[in-house]
Amino acid sequence: MDNATHINDFVVKFANVNGSGSASANGLFARAILRMGVPVAARNIFPSNIQGLPTWYEVRVVEDGWRGRRGGVDLMVAMNPQTWEKDVAEVDPGGYLFHDSTKALPPSRFREDITTFGMPLTAICNAEYSDARQRQLFKNIVYLGALSALLNIDPTEVDRLFGEQYKGKETLLASNRRAFGLGRDYALEHFPCPLPIRVQRCDRVGDRIFIDGNSAAALGCVYGGATVAAWYPITPSSSLAETFAKYCRSYRTDPATKQKRYAILQAEDELASIGMVIGAAWNGARAFTATSGPGVSLMQESLGLAYFAEIPVVLFDVQRGSPSTGMPTRTQQADLLSCAYASHGDTKHVLLLPEDPTESFAMAAQSFDLADRLQTPIFVMLDLDIGMQDWLTAPFRWDEMHRMDRGKVMTAADLDAGRDFGRYLDVDGDGIPYRTYPGTHPTKGSYFTRGSTKDRYARYTEEGVAYVDNMQRLLRKFETAKSLVPQPVITKAAKRTKSGVIWFGSTGAAMAESLALLEQDGIHLDRMRLRAFPFADAVGAFIAAHDRVFVVEQNRDAQMKALLVNECGIDPSRLISVLHYDGTPITARFLVREIAEKAHLFNVTPLRKVAP
Amino acid sequence: MTYLAKPKLRHPSLPKNALGYTHRDYEGAISTLCAGCGHDSISAAIIQAFFEMDVHPHRVAKLSGIGCSSKTPTYFLGNSHGFNSVHGRMPSVLTGAALANRDLMYLGVSGDGDSASIGLGQFAHVMRRGVNMLYIVENNGVYGLTKGQFSATADKGSKSKRGAINSDEPIDLAMLAMTLGATFVARGFSGDKEQLIPLIKAAVAHHGAAFIDVLSPCVAFNNHPGSTKSYDFVREHNESVNRLDFIPARAEITTSYKPGEVRSIVLHDGGSIRLRKVDETYDPADRAAAIGYIEARREAGEVVTGLLYLHADSTDMHDALDTVALPLNSLVDADLVPGNAALAEVNASLR
Repeated sequence: MDNATHINDFVVKFANVNGSGSASANGLFARAILRMGVPVAARNIFPSNIQGLPTWYEVRVVEDGWRGRRGGVDLMVAMNPQTWEKDVAEVDPGGYLFHDSTKALPPSRFREDITTFGMPLTAICNAEYSDARQRQLFKNIVYLGALSALLNIDPTEVDRLFGEQYKGKETLLASNRRAFGLGRDYALEHFPCPLPIRVQRCDRVGDRIFIDGNSAAALGCVYGGATVAAWYPITPSSSLAETFAKYCRSYRTDPATKQKRYAILQAEDELASIGMVIGAAWNGARAFTATSGPGVSLMQESLGLAYFAEIPVVLFDVQRGSPSTGMPTRTQQADLLSCAYASHGDTKHVLLLPEDPTESFAMAAQSFDLADRLQTPIFVMLDLDIGMQDWLTAPFRWDEMHRMDRGKVMTAADLDAGRDFGRYLDVDGDGIPYRTYPGTHPTKGSYFTRGSTKDRYARYTEEGVAYVDNMQRLLRKFETAKSLVPQPVITKAAKRTKSGVIWFGSTGAAMAESLALLEQDGIHLDRMRLRAFPFADAVGAFIAAHDRVFVVEQNRDAQMKALLVNECGIDPSRLISVLHYDGTPITARFLVREIAEKAHLFNVTPLRKVAP
Repeated sequence: MTYLAKPKLRHPSLPKNALGYTHRDYEGAISTLCAGCGHDSISAAIIQAFFEMDVHPHRVAKLSGIGCSSKTPTYFLGNSHGFNSVHGRMPSVLTGAALANRDLMYLGVSGDGDSASIGLGQFAHVMRRGVNMLYIVENNGVYGLTKGQFSATADKGSKSKRGAINSDEPIDLAMLAMTLGATFVARGFSGDKEQLIPLIKAAVAHHGAAFIDVLSPCVAFNNHPGSTKSYDFVREHNESVNRLDFIPARAEITTSYKPGEVRSIVLHDGGSIRLRKVDETYDPADRAAAIGYIEARREAGEVVTGLLYLHADSTDMHDALDTVALPLNSLVDADLVPGNAALAEVNASLR
């Protein structure tokens, strides 16, 4: 970076040791800046480990409100000796390094093109605290104090956050305040505060909230009326089920009896969790499971049953680096095909593709209506970047008039009125049959659910005609789904263009910024953000209206492109893949470079050379 | 199987139970299993037990996995919803169903392959959770639908139809259920209705996880010299899949014996199953003693049947979860959706 002043536009990276208590201090850092009205984009980069391995927290302070990673580091808070070399090397020239100087390091370990601030954090904490754990934990708060001075963060905002966090725990409140003051005073005394990179109060946060996608989806499940959750712990989805439990305790406890209006089971494995969800949904409860790629693999057989037996299950897939165990703490969008066509035989499933926590909430709630309406599994495709990172995102909204759509369910009164009940009978021509809940009527409406072939009245048969009839109806149902699922968001470029770009999910965070940069460089692209599979008719029409369309996705094999080619009958040569799959969230820098380069190949000449 | 349809007409003087249902109201479709199959006897026992128990048939949900035994729910309780799920996964599907509606009665039907092999994990965990259900394993020690492979309950040293000797230790599902937390555990024999029907009735009445291991000989694939779980088998049987229907009808084995008495059921091949009734001194409330007793008799080559273990004052999964009394599937928007005021609070807490 240059030495000019960078107000509200810089990147701070914290290099910590996992389990050292840094997460809480780093979170306070981000929130204090938000409280000053300045947007941040924050990301944890963490190992598959509980204690000891390196972990990083990156905060991009960005008044423009971009939500993706920028790339590069302006200030490194180097608290982990294990990763020192790499961390120091990562700082942009002209940037800053903050470190614990208790133990002196030779000059060869430092760089001359960056400014270094050493603070004897360990010595300060050892002098102040006698308890070993306190020495460790408060070290984080001490550096938070120092950073507040260096970066011009309003100490009263941090103090307020302390007050909220330690409400009713006065001892903790006092000791945190004290540690913060120690760090701040030291920095004010020893360093040229504030630095040219600094925070300045503004009003760019608005009513937005700061939350992760798993929590948002969990809350969406509460609003969507889910009463049964069955899950098996797996990174990065575990917090979805756990947060569902937390929200249920708040909002689903019967006020009179204190009993639960929900049931959550931690199953013995994913085979069992999907089985429980199938059983509960078959029996008329709204039920879901949350898992990741390996779990989806284990669930394949039961997902085929749910498709063929038409059970309204909801599955959250918080995607991570795959295949196999892959990179459990890294992000990818690589489960598209294994979910879209999950199980053996001819199957197709509905996928919802939220772009951030706000949509994770909305689509989680909507998924239960869709599942009941379509009587089929609904996959809500999050990824680690959405699920486990805190995002600055639009507040949750709810239509108070909304009522659960339980779909086509025949009641005892319907049956007594003489309505013809055939479990797999397409009465309305939309491919969706009627169902009954078990126990509805003494003599009418019962049926036998099976994964093997049956006729329209659920009677076992191996007749080819009945089988084909059923499979064709399932296709009609899939057609019906196209208009019920969230529709794509299509935006025209500022200038007329024959090129377009398609993306979905967490890629949106970097996409908006990169499109703005590309536009400055004279590359204009019409945009389509996919929000669901099966694709609405508008998807094929968008591609047809352009000579070439970039498809941006975070996997190696261009899985979304494969779906587009397969389902929309598109000539593959018209779709140009932009692929990012190293496990880190996609950045605007990467997108601009890739798209500009490829656009050049197609004679879309940029006005000037694009920054690397 | 038989192709003779049951007459639709009912005689007006057919006996009715307390709810006004006749025996026929508890029957299902005609069985497609082999004539003489032990499983059909178990279906008959279920029908009789539920009729005598005055259970509303439609308030029962019957669930199964995959296999001969898992086909049987089609053959009883025709007005109940049924779910023939995935191989080895009935316990989880049943658990989910039980979560959704605690007011129905759950009947899980499975086999030794379905529960002791592919589904052993789910079998274990459904017992641990204390799901309120009756779980019946129709145990013949053999894979019927895939034609005669050993199952995990086949005894060590027993011989398959093809002459292979089983070298693996058998899994005793009843013993397993007892150690895993089932609160009602019994073993029956499909040929002994007098014993089995009361066991089913007691299990239906039980609150919590009830398990019955029912020895149920396979007439088609486990009836040769060296087998420990079958009676006679047609020696000239052709192995073609299409010849299954041509297996001659055989009389079901029926036995009747008094408490304390050991009775051998002589098989066609000369081998035998020895059945021991629980004697007068046996205390089914003492789990540790029961396990020791059953193990001792097993070492002596005997199979203990009857009510093996009962924890009468038991609780179930819903008690442990502390769910509301109303079925979860009956709750409506007002019960479930917190609304806008709550959401405003959530939003405010995240700024």
